[in-house]
Amino acid sequence: MCGIVGLLIKNPALRGQLGAWMVPMLGEMAARGPESAGMAVFTQALPSGQRKYSLHAPAWDYDWGAFEGEFVKRFGPEAELGVCGNHAILTCDEPLDKVKPWVKASHPALHLLSAGKTMDIYKDIGHPSTVAERYGFSALTGTHLVGHTRMATESAVTPDRAHPFTAGEDFCLVHNGTISNPFMIRRRLEHHGIVFDTDNDTEAACRYLEWRMQEGDDLETALTRGFEELDGFYTFLIGTGDKLALVRDAFACKPAVVAETDDYVAIASEFRALAHLPGVDNARLFEPMPEELYVWKV
Amino acid sequence: MESVMQHQPVGTEVKEFDLERQSVRDLNQFLHHGLEGSAIRSIEIANPGGRHAIAAGVNHPVDIEVRGHGGYYLAGMNKHANVTVYGNVGWGVAENMMSGSVRVKGFASESAGASGHGGTLIIEGDASLRCGISMKGIDIVVGGDIGNYSAFMAQAGHLLVCGDAGHALGDSIYEAVIYVRGRIKSLGADAREEAMTDADYAKVAQLLGKAGFDHNPREFKRVASARQLYHWNADANQEY
Repeated sequence: MCGIVGLLIKNPALRGQLGAWMVPMLGEMAARGPESAGMAVFTQALPSGQRKYSLHAPAWDYDWGAFEGEFVKRFGPEAELGVCGNHAILTCDEPLDKVKPWVKASHPALHLLSAGKTMDIYKDIGHPSTVAERYGFSALTGTHLVGHTRMATESAVTPDRAHPFTAGEDFCLVHNGTISNPFMIRRRLEHHGIVFDTDNDTEAACRYLEWRMQEGDDLETALTRGFEELDGFYTFLIGTGDKLALVRDAFACKPAVVAETDDYVAIASEFRALAHLPGVDNARLFEPMPEELYVWKV
Repeated sequence: MESVMQHQPVGTEVKEFDLERQSVRDLNQFLHHGLEGSAIRSIEIANPGGRHAIAAGVNHPVDIEVRGHGGYYLAGMNKHANVTVYGNVGWGVAENMMSGSVRVKGFASESAGASGHGGTLIIEGDASLRCGISMKGIDIVVGGDIGNYSAFMAQAGHLLVCGDAGHALGDSIYEAVIYVRGRIKSLGADAREEAMTDADYAKVAQLLGKAGFDHNPREFKRVASARQLYHWNADANQEY
C-alpha cells in the first residue's frame, strides 16, 4: 500500500488554506502508509535568476549556522536560509549545477531534496500526522501540493526513500504501487549521465519522466511514453511548477479518486481522505481510468 | 444454496447511527448482535464519510440506508439485508454477498460484487474495473458502464450492463452469463458472444425490472463461456 494526496487550489482567495485542508487528507491516508510521509508544496515563483533548494539533515540539531556561513563564504552574501529542524530551504541566485556538487562535497551528510523556483519539499520517517506537525504542514500556503504516506515494499525506510521524489527542477512524483523494471530504467538513464540518490523504484520512474522532459517531451507526452516504458503497478501523482498530473497503469489495481469543484481539485487514494473538504458534497467525483492522462493547470 | 427470494424485514422501528459520532465497529456490532429478536425494521446511517466495511457481515432481514459515500467492502458478506447507498462506494461493495440486495445510487469502485454467491447488487451509475470478478451466483445490474477485466473467472450468476463494457470482458469465464446493452471494448479469453434465447430475454427483463431500469431487453447481447478452457490443451502452446 501507500497513500497519495494532492490538492490544487483554483480560487486564488483560498490559497492560504492549502496546508490546512491537506493535513486531514494526509492523516486519513496514514492507515495506508504509517511509516513515512512527505509533501511537496508549490508557491509563487521566485524572481528570475533565483533558486530555492530543500535540504534534509541527518539530525534535528544540525549546525545550519555553520552551513550558511560556508555557503556565503563560497557564493557570496545573497542567500537566505529558512530552517525547520532537520529541514532547511536555501534561497539564492546560484544554479543547481553549482549548488549540488558543492553540497555533496562540503556537506555530504545533507540530502538535497529539491531544486527550483516554486517547489519546497519536506519528507521524513515517522507517522504522517507526526511528520505533518513536525514541519507545520497546516500553515503551508501556495497553489498546489503533492503528498504521500509510505508503506515500504521496495527499499528501506529512510528519509531519502520517502516520497515525493524529485528530479531536475520543480518536478516531483509520488507513487502507490511497484515498478517492476526500475533497474533497467536506471541503467538506461545512467548512460545519459543521470545520477540516482537511492535504490528506490519510484526514483527510477521520477527520473525517467523528468529526463523525457529534458529531452523535449512535454509532460503529457512523457507520461504517455511512460505507459510503454514503465512496467508495474502504479498510480502516479506528479507536480510541476504549474501542473498537477494523475495517471494509473493499465491494470489500475492501485486506487485514486478525484473531487473537483470550481475552487479546487483534490486527489486521494480513497474518498475518506476527501470527505472533510468544504463543498465536497457538491463536487464532481470520479475515479481516473487506466492509461488516461489527468492534468490540471494552475 | 441460499434462496434468492427477497427477505422482508418484520420489525417496525427505525434506528439511526451517525458515523461522525459512532464508530463503524459500534455500528457493525449492533448489526451483528442487536437485531435478532428486536422490533427494528430499518437502520439509517448518517455521515459514512467513505469509511470502510460499513454494514459488512449482516445476517438479518433489515433495511439499511447509507446516507452518503461508503468506503471499501460496504455490505460485504451480506445475508438477508437490503442495503441502499445514497452515494458512491469504494472497492469490493457486496463482496461475497450471500443473499438480500444492495443498491448503490452513485458509482462503484473496483471489484463490485466480487465472489458474490447470491442476492442482487444494483449499481445505478458506473462500475469500475473487475466488476463481478469470480462471481458465484450473484446477480449484478449496472446502470452505466463497467471497467476492464469484469466478470473475470465468473462462475455463476448474471452480470447485466446497461452501458458499455471495458476490455477483456469475461476472461476465463465459467458458467456465469453476461448481458451488455452497449459496446464491448474486447472479450477476454474463452468468452464469446452468443445468440439471445427467449430465456435470456426473460432473464434480462426480470433483472431490469428488479433494478427499475427502463430498457428494452431486445437491445442486449449475451456473452458466455466457449468452454474451451475447461480442459487442458497441450497443443495450445500457452496461447489462448
